[in-house]
Amino acid sequence: MAVSEVQVEAQFETFAEKKPVTSVVPDLMRRKPLGAAGAIIVIIMILMAIFADIVSPYDPTANSFADMTQAPSWAHWLGTDQFGRDVLARIIYGARTALFVGFVSALVGGSIGLVLGVGSAYFGGRIDLIFQRIMDIFMAFPLIIMALAVVSIFGTGAQNVIIAITIPFIPRCARVVRSSALAIREIPYIDAARANGYSHSRIILRHMTPNVMAPFLIMITAFVGQAILLEASLSYLGLGVQEPTPAWGLMLQGGAEEYALSAPWMAIFPGLAITLGVFGFNLFGDAVRDVLDPKLRAQ
Amino acid sequence: MYQYILKRILLMIPTLLGAAILVFFLMRLIPGDICELRLAGSGATFNQSSLDLCRREVGIDQPMIVQFGQFLWGLATFDLGKSMWTNRPIIEEIGLRFELSLMIAILATITATVIAIPLGTISAIKQDTWIDYAVRAFTIAGIAMPSFWLGILIILGILFTTQWWTGIPWMPPIEYRSDWTTWDNIGNNLALLIWPALATGYRYSAVAARMTRSAMLEVLREDYIRTARAKGLVERLVIGRHSLKNAMLPVVTVIGIEFAFLMGGLVVTEQVFNLNGLGKLFVESVTNHDYTMTQALVMVVVAVFVFTNFVVDVFYAWLDPRIRYR
Repeated sequence: MAVSEVQVEAQFETFAEKKPVTSVVPDLMRRKPLGAAGAIIVIIMILMAIFADIVSPYDPTANSFADMTQAPSWAHWLGTDQFGRDVLARIIYGARTALFVGFVSALVGGSIGLVLGVGSAYFGGRIDLIFQRIMDIFMAFPLIIMALAVVSIFGTGAQNVIIAITIPFIPRCARVVRSSALAIREIPYIDAARANGYSHSRIILRHMTPNVMAPFLIMITAFVGQAILLEASLSYLGLGVQEPTPAWGLMLQGGAEEYALSAPWMAIFPGLAITLGVFGFNLFGDAVRDVLDPKLRAQ
Repeated sequence: MYQYILKRILLMIPTLLGAAILVFFLMRLIPGDICELRLAGSGATFNQSSLDLCRREVGIDQPMIVQFGQFLWGLATFDLGKSMWTNRPIIEEIGLRFELSLMIAILATITATVIAIPLGTISAIKQDTWIDYAVRAFTIAGIAMPSFWLGILIILGILFTTQWWTGIPWMPPIEYRSDWTTWDNIGNNLALLIWPALATGYRYSAVAARMTRSAMLEVLREDYIRTARAKGLVERLVIGRHSLKNAMLPVVTVIGIEFAFLMGGLVVTEQVFNLNGLGKLFVESVTNHDYTMTQALVMVVVAVFVFTNFVVDVFYAWLDPRIRYR
């Protein structure tokens, strides 16, 4: 009797899972309109970055002294900057920089934080206490000093911006993951794994880590948006990506204020691109959280 | 309770010590030093002996461990020493700039709180209506918009409005006056502080409003809210007295933490408005290899951060006695 009940349930599950893919997308758009809007922005941004060579109307680094600070027109949809470079082309290519820095630092920072957080919860006791203090230090340490020091030591450029952004992400991810992992440690199957004589690294990586994936993915999607914002801030301060590489923060730094009255489009459009990009990732991240976090879904 | 406070104070020490170690060695990892920079900047060719003399003067010729000991001793006795670059007492150099940054942070906090709590509450009460969607879009946009870009937009707005109105573009003042007794100074300071406070306050209010919304949503599902409604209490009192009070705890935490971050995170906004605050001093002291100044600044910011966290934790423990036993 009990067995047949289980079988029936299993059958229902397979039926429930077999939803045609074509109905999933409209379904999601109806249930999570904001999340779907975010996903569309993110997809457009990714496509823009991949196909920049095809969709961009001009070369983003080509100076043209005949076209300096031109207002938006049919030839230059978003105008040109003080070197005559097309603003739209620089925004399209800037998506590459933003996404590269965003994804790499979110993934690297998140993954290191994931392993450290789970490890800290698994070992517990004194190791956990010491580890928590070290994470406290990195949380309290001013981000801008860290970035300034990284740039002063290694020099400017995309890789070093990634280092500067990754470091503050590690403790933030480790904290969240640790608190989920603490609950998992108490579940008997971890005890069973220990009784089987598995190594610490096997228990941490194969038994505990997959079970904290939900908070991890939530953190990662939130981090991408944050990283794009931080990259823009650092580039704006002159600590990030350097000219002539197209980057959104850098476009706001190079003369956007000097030409505020004569060429305001130089200050408006790159900022709009940053805001839209981060907005998209945040909306998408919120939807991911709602779907992945069963506690919130039940509400 | 006293035991808990004592334990929390003791836990602050390793964090401060760790930050001291981190900044001390991080600064010394940067290639070059203040003497090379200063002598190269003077334009004249310099030799090894003048370099040695300069290093002896600022005290970086001593072994690393001695320098670190001096730094720690200075922290323990609250003597921050002198700036290596300007040779003036650090406390004097930080003083006025700290006041400016603090003022912006306080004004931004007020702006944020005034906007965030009503918005978050309305959004939670009207969950899944168009009001809720509008508030959520407003707050997510606030988190997405870089505060320095909002600052640039504000400046653009001021320039265009004044140009159109009076024919002459006007810019807000950039010099902060610490004397708040004359009307002239008060006017000057407010005209200077209000714009950066608005630029940072928007993001800040977005974070706080989101927290208010989710805390309110949680509280509104509690049994005692249903009881309050069942006994016929008017909705205004259910929200104001029963829900909001209980939902404020995480909101206060977020406001506290954001405030602490703001003290060290105003660098970009100060750059936009060309203000001479803590952030600018941070950038200058790192690029000048001014070890003593950078160390002092980092310790001030970390201390504000750690202290804010401490206050929040004690506040929590006072409200919920169970926390003390964990």
